[in-house]
Amino acid sequence: MTITRARWRGWLAQAALLLVLGGLLWAGVANLVHNLHSRAITVGFAYLGEEAGFDISETLVAYDATSSYAAAFGVGLLNTLAVSAVAIVAASGLGLALGVARLASNGLLRLLATIYVETVRNVPLILQLLLWYGMLTELLPTVADAWTFGPAYLSRRGLTLPWPAPHAGWSAGALGVLLALVLGGGWAAWAARVERRGGRRLPRLVPIAALLVLLPAGLWALWGAPVAISVPRLASFDFEGGKTVSPEFTALAFGLSVYTAAFIAEIVRGGIAAVPRGQVDAAQALGMDGAQRLRFVVLPQALRVIVPPLTSQYLNLVKNSSLAVVIGYPDLVSVSNTTLNQTGQAIEAIALMMVVYLALSLAIAGLMNAYNRRVRLVER
Amino acid sequence: MHKKSISMFALVLAAAAAHAGPTLDAIRQRGILVCGVHTGLAGFSAPDKSGRYAGIDVDYCKALAAAILGSADKVRYVPLTAQQRFTALQSGEVDLLARNTTWNSRRDTTLGAVFAGVWFFDGQAFVVDAKKHPRVKRLADLNHASVCVETGTTTERNLADYARANKLQFKPVVFEGQEATEKAFQAGRCDAYTTDASGIAAMLSSLPNRADYAVLPEIISKEPLGPMLRRNDPEFFAIARWTIFALQQAEESGVTQANVAALRKTSQDPVVQRLTGATSDVGRSLGLDADWAVRAISAVGNYGEIFDRNIKPLGFARGPNALWNRGGLMYPMPLD
Repeated sequence: MTITRARWRGWLAQAALLLVLGGLLWAGVANLVHNLHSRAITVGFAYLGEEAGFDISETLVAYDATSSYAAAFGVGLLNTLAVSAVAIVAASGLGLALGVARLASNGLLRLLATIYVETVRNVPLILQLLLWYGMLTELLPTVADAWTFGPAYLSRRGLTLPWPAPHAGWSAGALGVLLALVLGGGWAAWAARVERRGGRRLPRLVPIAALLVLLPAGLWALWGAPVAISVPRLASFDFEGGKTVSPEFTALAFGLSVYTAAFIAEIVRGGIAAVPRGQVDAAQALGMDGAQRLRFVVLPQALRVIVPPLTSQYLNLVKNSSLAVVIGYPDLVSVSNTTLNQTGQAIEAIALMMVVYLALSLAIAGLMNAYNRRVRLVER
Repeated sequence: MHKKSISMFALVLAAAAAHAGPTLDAIRQRGILVCGVHTGLAGFSAPDKSGRYAGIDVDYCKALAAAILGSADKVRYVPLTAQQRFTALQSGEVDLLARNTTWNSRRDTTLGAVFAGVWFFDGQAFVVDAKKHPRVKRLADLNHASVCVETGTTTERNLADYARANKLQFKPVVFEGQEATEKAFQAGRCDAYTTDASGIAAMLSSLPNRADYAVLPEIISKEPLGPMLRRNDPEFFAIARWTIFALQQAEESGVTQANVAALRKTSQDPVVQRLTGATSDVGRSLGLDADWAVRAISAVGNYGEIFDRNIKPLGFARGPNALWNRGGLMYPMPLD
């Protein structure tokens, strides 16, 4: 009886708190809207449908000045996602290598890794970005004197590569790669299940490789098998044709990777150090070599310690990408700033940015938490 | 009891006397005018050698403070970036923006703000490195070029508008802050740099190799820059607007910083007499005293003097900023 009553009290208290919080929030928003109205400041998200009227230098999807503010926002979001994805992969690889190097038996390697980590993580990221960007735009040659690597050129306007001329066949091929990855993953999972149940060991490498080659090639051929390649050539101002990776993108992706890798290295080092020494000794006694010990014994146990703080680093990286604006990369914040200034709707634009970053962070955290559930200690 | 009622009475009187719009009231109570200015744009508002803000926008703040509060020193300058400015004005962080802000329909209608007038006529121009691009003489020659632009200005949109209207293609590279934008241009990241013509003049004036650069002849936009206020205070608006006219009228009537005190006593010109408060109550109708314009003119000089002190050193011609009777667009409304 008393337990039920205490529980009821708890429920009531929580409901009351929720009501009060909700009421405060409602009052706050109502007050804001009222004040904005009384000062003749336009409120609402109607501006998103209006014509943006400005160009964006780097777009992953079709966009021009006649597109809407919502489309501009989407372009900025995709740019943020692109640079974050590249940087997360690079930072993870570099961070893992550095973390292992910090525990290496080779003294020089250990020292170099320590110097790297201590230097990079103790200098503000914004300065590092300005440094990388300054190096890319001031030390590299001008377009006219670009360094030539076969058909590719490197100058202070970026890296220009030959690139397939736009055609539906190429898009179909890219879709094929994605499809092959999904199907290949499915095959691997199925093969593992069969094996666990005591069935025979199914081949994995060959079918997945075949999928990866045949599926994209098939789709590419089906959609007209285009072969035209756009080769860059020097026009009056810049290279035309081909694909240019801008110095803004490069500096941002590089800067974010280098910076976050230093933190990841420390997390990896901590995770590896948390694996009891006896585990390594036991693995050695079983005759495993260094790489095997790392892969089958140390890393699986270290990952339990590594994944939660690693998630925080990924979240930081995505949020840090908003420093793009200082080096001219048109990310979500940069595009939103322009929108904010043209429309003057600061509260809406900033609220939208906050919601999007929140959603992005929650999505990453959700994925990482799912992965964490898989690698954490299963108690029997 | 008696003492208390007297002080109550005094309070009521003070409240009645000070009953103007909320912004003007706040300025008087504070004893300081809070002016939102540019973070650093030579000629408009930039810290000088002694670290004090100077420029045409700063002089406007000084004139306004002299008119309302009696001293040109009673100003606090709040440096604002292009992004911060409107929010700072709307939230009441500053009393007004004197921050080379372009007057356009959207800003005049949807931001809860209002422009007091035009303080400077500007227009968007382009500059290129003439050594690298000797053949670029006109804007059409810049087709397919990359252009450095500062975010948070009307510039980005003007660039896109012009390109669309003239079937040209530009690749904008957008930076935050004018310094970052200028640095990227000088480093050769872009073929051209576009901003207001005065901003280009300001940049070139600070460069040792300014002869290497060429400003293209086209001006692609109208940029009437002026003080921007909240829309809640008609009295403050009237003072802000007529301070502009008074300083321009002073130039038209030959009233200068040096002679304003003397002319006030001796001038027989009816317009000068009204301006200096000798015969008219322009000041009182604004809720100020008769000397308001004299104080403003003694603080910073007339519009021509302000221009010559701040903008002329940039090598920028008077052009549309000359008075209407000398071929310009500056037309002070008549004082009556």
